[in-house]
Amino acid sequence: MKFNSIADLIELTVKEGKKISEIMIESEMETHNLSREEVIDGMRKSLYVMKDAIKTGLTEDIKSRSGLSGGDGKKLFQYLKSGKFLSGTTILEAVCKAVATSEVNAAMGIIVATPTAGSVGILPGAIFATADKLNSSENDMINALFTAGAIGLVIANNAFISGAAGGCQAEVGSATAMAAAAVVEMAGGTPEQSANALGIALKNMLGLTCDPVAGLVEVPCVKRNAMGAANAMIAADMALAGISSVIPADEVIDAMYKVGCALPISLKETAMGGLADTPTARKLEKEIFGKPLKL
Amino acid sequence: MKYHSVFDIIGPIMVGPSSSHTAGAARISKIARGLFGKQPKKATITLYGSFAKTYQGHGTDVAIVGGLLDFDTNDRRIIDSKVIAKDMGIDIKFVISDEETDHPNTARIFLEDENDQFEIVGVSVGGGKVKITEINGFKIRFSGNSPFMLVIHEDRFGVIASIANVLGLYKINIGYMEVARKEKGSLALMVMETDQPVDNKVIQDIKNLPYVKRVAILKIS
Repeated sequence: MKFNSIADLIELTVKEGKKISEIMIESEMETHNLSREEVIDGMRKSLYVMKDAIKTGLTEDIKSRSGLSGGDGKKLFQYLKSGKFLSGTTILEAVCKAVATSEVNAAMGIIVATPTAGSVGILPGAIFATADKLNSSENDMINALFTAGAIGLVIANNAFISGAAGGCQAEVGSATAMAAAAVVEMAGGTPEQSANALGIALKNMLGLTCDPVAGLVEVPCVKRNAMGAANAMIAADMALAGISSVIPADEVIDAMYKVGCALPISLKETAMGGLADTPTARKLEKEIFGKPLKL
Repeated sequence: MKYHSVFDIIGPIMVGPSSSHTAGAARISKIARGLFGKQPKKATITLYGSFAKTYQGHGTDVAIVGGLLDFDTNDRRIIDSKVIAKDMGIDIKFVISDEETDHPNTARIFLEDENDQFEIVGVSVGGGKVKITEINGFKIRFSGNSPFMLVIHEDRFGVIASIANVLGLYKINIGYMEVARKEKGSLALMVMETDQPVDNKVIQDIKNLPYVKRVAILKIS
């Protein structure tokens, strides 16, 4: 791989006069001995799966195996179409699509893990809402996925991307940072602005616990995907407005790693603490499994 | 460096809901099926740790059966895999264990038919990535993310060198290699990850070597 840190990545974009997505595409071609077409086609497949999942989640009646989640994406979509809402259209669209994708995932539909299934809704939510707003081409969206992937690779190799390893800050946090950087590129921002967006986004996720009710990727995961998408859009807008992340992106990633290591095991996907240990969560757990989870 | 490809981050394309509990689980059993080399008549699957505790909600059970039927992580038939396996006459038994393991997401898969028995232990390490930790009682470690070759052979001097020699002749570089045996002079197991693909001709040449019992090749993507 051609880069190990965000600083490396940005330096490469400046030196070679290329976008983050282009650096990622070339790195993938080199590392795995693939043609440009093979690499791009692989990503196009993922984009189509994302599109299908969004459509399913917004229009069909979704229900998960446990019954804990489903139907909120559709509900939010109806609300959005009513035109009477408090926040903006683009941000609510991103949230809507993030929830829809997350619900399809919980109901054993086909999705693309970005970077994991637990954080599946954030990147597609942000990218598809941004594409609607900017009238982006399919090519722009594919490139945005490469940009997100480049950011995710740096985070995965320097910290972690799963709730079990580093808490939800590692999972939803990584996805949010990836999405923020990706939509900045879609909007014509510079690689530095992408780095600032990822820094701003991830800073606001630090310390987030992974405490899924009954150990399932549903509560609070679906709603954290919603908030991740919203966070990504705001972080992108802040960066595009020229605001910097005072703490550089690589240092934020390092801080996320250290916070993750310091988080107790009860807050890392074990369903022993946080929301998973509330009376309602314990009651639901008993209803789903017929007995307490005993983790 | 743990992750090398953009598709490790944007991917896999999979049936939800969990990259570790669903996609990873399916990959472990697909590796088992590939190494067994045919459809098993009977499968006994033992789940440990978090797999044991949350398998129903995550569909770990149907994912594992799907892998045994050679389904990919993105194959919708995973959802109905238990019914499909039953219709095919495969006897599937799940054992839920409360035994402690090194990794929370661990599965032991024992496959058999009239002639053969095969056992594999795999762990799902996150994001859909898996590791195989044991084959037929041998402790081993490889990712399953690049193509690998498994050779079962008699524990005699020169066998390992003769296999390496065949690969050398075909200009295939060994990236990772592990050899193990239960006791001196008994059956041994060799696992290799190679930088270049190993084709049928190479496999045939290795199969023809003295003391080599079985050669299997597998690529999980």
